[in-house]
Amino acid sequence: MNVQLDFLTVLEQWPLLITGVSWTLGLTAVSSFFGVLSGLGLAWVQTQDWPIPRGIIKVYVELIRNTPFIVQLFFIFFGLPQLGVHLSAEASSVLAMIINLSAYSTEIVRAGIDSTPAGQVQAAESLGLKPVQIFTHVILPPALFRVWPALVAQIIIVMLGSAVCGQISTEELSYSANLIQSRNFRAFESFIIAAAIYLFLSILIRALLNRLGKNLIFKGLAQNG
Amino acid sequence: MVEFGLWDVLRNLLLAARWTLVLSLIALIGGALFGFVLLVLRLLGKKYINTIIAVYVEIFQGTPLLLQLFLVYFGLALLGMETSVWWSASAALVLYTGAYLTEIWSGCVRSVPTGQWDAAQSLGLTFAQQLKWIIFPQVYRLSVAPTVGFLVQVIKGTALTSVIGFVELTKAGSMISNVTFKPFLVFSCVALLYFVICFPLSWYSRRLESGFGGA
Repeated sequence: MNVQLDFLTVLEQWPLLITGVSWTLGLTAVSSFFGVLSGLGLAWVQTQDWPIPRGIIKVYVELIRNTPFIVQLFFIFFGLPQLGVHLSAEASSVLAMIINLSAYSTEIVRAGIDSTPAGQVQAAESLGLKPVQIFTHVILPPALFRVWPALVAQIIIVMLGSAVCGQISTEELSYSANLIQSRNFRAFESFIIAAAIYLFLSILIRALLNRLGKNLIFKGLAQNG
Repeated sequence: MVEFGLWDVLRNLLLAARWTLVLSLIALIGGALFGFVLLVLRLLGKKYINTIIAVYVEIFQGTPLLLQLFLVYFGLALLGMETSVWWSASAALVLYTGAYLTEIWSGCVRSVPTGQWDAAQSLGLTFAQQLKWIIFPQVYRLSVAPTVGFLVQVIKGTALTSVIGFVELTKAGSMISNVTFKPFLVFSCVALLYFVICFPLSWYSRRLESGFGGA
């Protein structure tokens, strides 16, 4: 048995790899921003006394969490046009990622909110803060601080999941790898290099976001706690 | 031309869902065995073995499952083995599941108080006896909820094997939607079937977590 690996012919196609990485990072950045933001909003609704919206959100969260991302993506890209909603591959990918991350982050943030001691809310009420102020100033910051690592982990899962978007021809990293191997027939080497880049990205993003959380967003909290 | 009604769609999807279940079961059993071996190797406390396992876990948790499937699929061919989608899908999912399970279970072992180890040692139990009689019974109770929760992730992961041509639920859905031109209906049914499989497990896992049968 003689296996010869040729990584150079893959690396020669570096412009494609750069395009792929940019798309992967871009998709991840946009969907993380909107996904987490909408998760915060939905988690806030979950703390309110509105049974119907809460019920709807609960169903949404369970539906997303118990179906594969690839099916959600196919549903949006192939299924929605039948209802007259035509989205490009890129728009479908971003939408699917936002919808997916939003469901998970709703659940993650809600867990953080649940662990806020009731006494803190009562104290804020007795200081005369409005409900929205209580949520944004008293409940949310420590809740987010507690669940930040879980959110970061989920963002990385969504980034890795975005590899599937290549299947509907979004030009992210795994699509580039696929394109490269169809040019030079070096399938194994292409995917090894793509996998290595994904690994590097996930380590980098995790380190970056954890640092960002500690040093910027939760600076005061980290010092107190 | 043969008409493809809702019942035909559902029937064919249900038939394909079998393979989703079988593949999930293979991944779970193979991954559990593999993850267990890795767990015991970790507990033996050799430093270089721990490093190797940590790197392995990092690789499988830090790269997309889709690429792991591709790599096994093309890697087996490279090694001159005959590639079948069954082998590739099973092997990739077992490696993936093993990496996660050994990590989940290690966490459970760490949450067993160290006093339990000390007490077991002071009774003169051998390492194997300590694991068997003292540590693993406690780990078992702690690990059921996260393991069942992870099983949901494995079942959803099997959907990716459709990309390398394994005809399970998702692939069957794509094929049927190509034939019927009813992608909305078909993918709704596919999603529903995944939900029917996964939701009871999610629910059960959460119930266990919230105290029922917890350690």
